[in-house]
Amino acid sequence: MNFLDYAPAPESQAILNLRSDYGLFIDGEFVAGRGTPFQTIDPATEKRIAMIANANTADVDAAVAAARRAYTGAWSRLSGSDRGKYLFRIARLVQERARELAVAESLDNGKPIKESRDVDVPLVAAWFFYYAGWADKLDHAGLGPNPASLGVAAQVIPWNFPLLMLAWKIAPALAAGNTVVLKPAETTSLTALLFAEILQQADLPPGVVNIITGAGDTGQALVNHPDVNKVAFTGSTAVGRAIARSVAGTDKKLTLELGGKAANIVFDDAPIDQAIEGIVNGIFFNQGHVCCAGSRLLVQESIHDEVIDRLKDRISTLRLGDPLDKNTDIGAINSADQLRRITELTAMGEQEGAERWSADCAIPENGFWFAPTIFTNVSTSHRIARDEIFGPVLSVLTFRTPAEAIAKANNTPYGLSAGIWTDKGSRILAVADKLRAGVIWANTFNRFDPASPFGGYKESGYGREGGRPGLAAYLKPAPSLKPAASLKPAPRRPRAVRAPDATAAPAVSARKKAAK
Amino acid sequence: MTSSQLATRLAPRDRTLALLGGEATDANLRRYLHGIPGIDAVGLEQRAADLGSRSIKTTSKKWALDTIIRLIDLTTLEGADTRGKVRSLVGKALTPDAGDPDCPRVAAVCVYGDMVPHAVEALGSAHAAGTGDGIAVAAVATAFPSGRASLAVKLADTADAVAAGADEIDMVIDRGAFLSGHYGLVFDEIVAVKEACRRPDGSHAHLKVILETGELNTYDNVRRASWLAILAGGDFIKTSTGKVAPAATLPVTLSMLEVVRDWHRLTGEKIGVKPAGGIRTSKDAIKYLVTVAETVGEEWLQPHLFRFGASSLLNDVLLQRQKMTTGHYSGPDYVTID
Repeated sequence: MNFLDYAPAPESQAILNLRSDYGLFIDGEFVAGRGTPFQTIDPATEKRIAMIANANTADVDAAVAAARRAYTGAWSRLSGSDRGKYLFRIARLVQERARELAVAESLDNGKPIKESRDVDVPLVAAWFFYYAGWADKLDHAGLGPNPASLGVAAQVIPWNFPLLMLAWKIAPALAAGNTVVLKPAETTSLTALLFAEILQQADLPPGVVNIITGAGDTGQALVNHPDVNKVAFTGSTAVGRAIARSVAGTDKKLTLELGGKAANIVFDDAPIDQAIEGIVNGIFFNQGHVCCAGSRLLVQESIHDEVIDRLKDRISTLRLGDPLDKNTDIGAINSADQLRRITELTAMGEQEGAERWSADCAIPENGFWFAPTIFTNVSTSHRIARDEIFGPVLSVLTFRTPAEAIAKANNTPYGLSAGIWTDKGSRILAVADKLRAGVIWANTFNRFDPASPFGGYKESGYGREGGRPGLAAYLKPAPSLKPAASLKPAPRRPRAVRAPDATAAPAVSARKKAAK
Repeated sequence: MTSSQLATRLAPRDRTLALLGGEATDANLRRYLHGIPGIDAVGLEQRAADLGSRSIKTTSKKWALDTIIRLIDLTTLEGADTRGKVRSLVGKALTPDAGDPDCPRVAAVCVYGDMVPHAVEALGSAHAAGTGDGIAVAAVATAFPSGRASLAVKLADTADAVAAGADEIDMVIDRGAFLSGHYGLVFDEIVAVKEACRRPDGSHAHLKVILETGELNTYDNVRRASWLAILAGGDFIKTSTGKVAPAATLPVTLSMLEVVRDWHRLTGEKIGVKPAGGIRTSKDAIKYLVTVAETVGEEWLQPHLFRFGASSLLNDVLLQRQKMTTGHYSGPDYVTID
C-alpha cells in the first residue's frame, strides 16, 4: 500500500446539533427575519446546511434599538470587572464547545479542520480571555483615566475567518462597555449563530450582542443606521471605501481592516527549509483566503531556482480534499463567486505572460476547489502581482539587493503585512524599519496573538485590532468636565496641574455608582 | 564532475575533495559546513509539530505498526548484559508476538561488541542481513558511548566486532573534536572506522554514525555533523547513544532527514537515518514514519534506509497491534518481555 495515501480520518459531525432554520439573534432571542431567508451551503459538497434568516431594514432597526436599550440600560453602567466576568464566561464556553465550533466552521467555510481546530477556535477563546482581562483596567488603555465607551457598535465581518473575526470585533467592544450589532458574511453565518447560543448560555444581558444575518444590503443598512456610534468593518477594499464614504460627515468612529498583497521577502541567507514552510503557510493557509497572506514572494535572484524547486516539491505534498478530514491541508474555496474570481485572475496571469505551475492533485467532483498554484516570471506590472487574489495563488518576483526588495515590497497600494526571511538579525531590523506594512513577521508568517495589534497602511485600512490599540478603538477619553470654575477666563496657568484633579474626583464617584 | 559520479565512482576522500575543492582540512570543512543554510529552531519545531499532528487511522495504522516492527533495532546496551540477556533479546526479535506467527520480525538486534558472538549464535540460521526474514546483528563500537579513546582502540573495537560477525557498526563521533572545530579530525576518524568495517572478502559492515545530538545542542550543529558524517562515508546517520538526554526528538530527526534529502538531490545516493533513544510509544513512532514519508519519501521506510533504535517501543507496538485485531486493549502481561 501507499502509506502516504493516508486512510480517511474524518472528524465526526455527530457533535453538531444544528437546526434546519436560523433566525436573527436580537435582544437575547432568536426571532424570524423579515427578508427572504437564504441557504448556507457546505462549499465542499454544495449541499445545504441550513436556512438563514435575512434581516431587512426593519430588523436592523430592531437590532440597533435593542443594542441601544441594553447600552443605556445595564451594560454601560456595569462595572468593568462584571463585564470581564461575562467575557471570561464566554471564553470558557468557547473552549468547552471548541470541537463543535471547529466542525461547524469547517463545514460552513470549507477550511481544513486542523486549522479551525488548532488555529481559529483556540484564538477565539484567547481573544475573549485577553479582553476579559482588560475590562476592569481601562484606565490603562492609553486614553487617560476613566475613558468612556462609544455606544452601539455596528460590526460587519468577512467569510474567511468567520468566528475569529467575530471575536476580534466583539471581545474589545464589550470589554470597553459598548453594545454590538454584528453581521456575519452571507456565506458563513453558521458559527456566529452558534456563538449566539453561547451568549444565551453565558446569560449575557439581552441586547448587548445582536447578530443579524443577510447580504450586503443588510450590512449597508447597519453601518448607515443613524443610531450607531461606531462602525468596524473587515473585508474588501471596495466595500471599505463605500463605508468610509457613507460614514464621512457623521460622528461615527470607524475602523477598516481591508485587503492586502503582502510581500514575503526571502534573502539568500535565509534558513531555507523553514523559509519554504513559511512561504507555503503564508499563501496556502486557509486556501489563501487571508487578507494578510504572503501572496507576493520576493526571492533573492541568486537562490530563485533552488527555492522554486524546493517549493514545488513541498507543495506537491499538500493534501487537498474533504475539509473535515484531519489530514487535509487545503480545503474548499468558500464560494462559487470566489472561485470564479480566482480563476479569472489566474487566467489573466497566464495571458500577461507569467509562467503557471499548479500542484497535480485530484480535484473532487462537487464543491469549489482550486489547486495550489504558483506563478513565476511575474513582473510588478502584472495584475497577479498587484490585485488581491484571495486564493491559493502565489506570484513570485525576484530582487537583487535589500534596497530593491524594500522598494518592490512597498510598491503596492496595500500595506497590511510583510515577511522577512534571513539568518541575519540586523537585516531583519533594518528592512522591517523601511517596510510600510502594519504587521511584519520575521522568519515566520501568519502568526496571531491577541496582545499584538493588527491593521494596515494605505488601502489596507485604518485603525488597529488586537492589543491595547484594539481596545482604544472602542473608547473615547473621559468627557471633558466643564465645572463653573473653568468657565472663568481668569487663571489658565495651572491647567496641566488642575486637569487631573478635575477628572479624578468624578471618576471615583462614577466607579462608586457602578459598584452599587 | 556529475552528481552521480560524486556518489558512486569516488571514494569518500576523493568525493569530498571534489566538493570542497581541497583536502578535508578543518578550514576547508569549516568553509563548506558553515556555508550550508542555517536552521530556524522555532520554524523547525513548528514543522515537526505539524507533521506530528497527522491522523493515521485504520488500514494506514495497521500498515504503520507492522512497518515500525520491521524497522526496529532491538537494543540492549547495559553494563549488566550477559549471554543470557542477549539470547533472550534474540528470542524476542525472532518471535515478537508469541500469539501471532504472522507478526513481522525486527530488523536487527543491537548489542555491545563483546556480545556479538552470543547474538550470532542465538540467531543461528535466522542471522542474515538485508534479506526478508533475516535479522542483522548491529554492534556499537568506537568506545561507545563517550568515544573517548585513542583512534587505535576505536579501530580495534570496530574490527573486533566485524570479525565476530557484526553486520552493522554503530560508531560515535568525537563530539569534543566537533565542538572545538576540528572537523578534519572527526572526518578522518569516520573514514578510518569505515575502513575498519571492511571484511576480508571486500564487503563491509554498514556504518551508522552516531552524532549524539543531545551534546551538539543546536540544530545548526546537528545539520553540520550530518553533512560531515555523510561526506566521510557513513551509510546511516543516527541521533543518539541513548545514554545522553535529550536523545532522539522529532525536530532533530526532521533536520537530519532534510540533510539526507538534500544529499540525495545532490548525488542521487540514499543515506539512512536512525533515531535512537526515547521513542517508546506507537504514537510517537508513527509521527516519525509520517515525518520520513513527507520529507524524503516513503521509499525510505525500509530497513536499509530507516531504523528505530529502541527496546520498550516494540511491546507498545504489539499491544496496539493486538488492539487493532481484537478491538480491545490487553495489558503488559499479554506481550513477552525480553
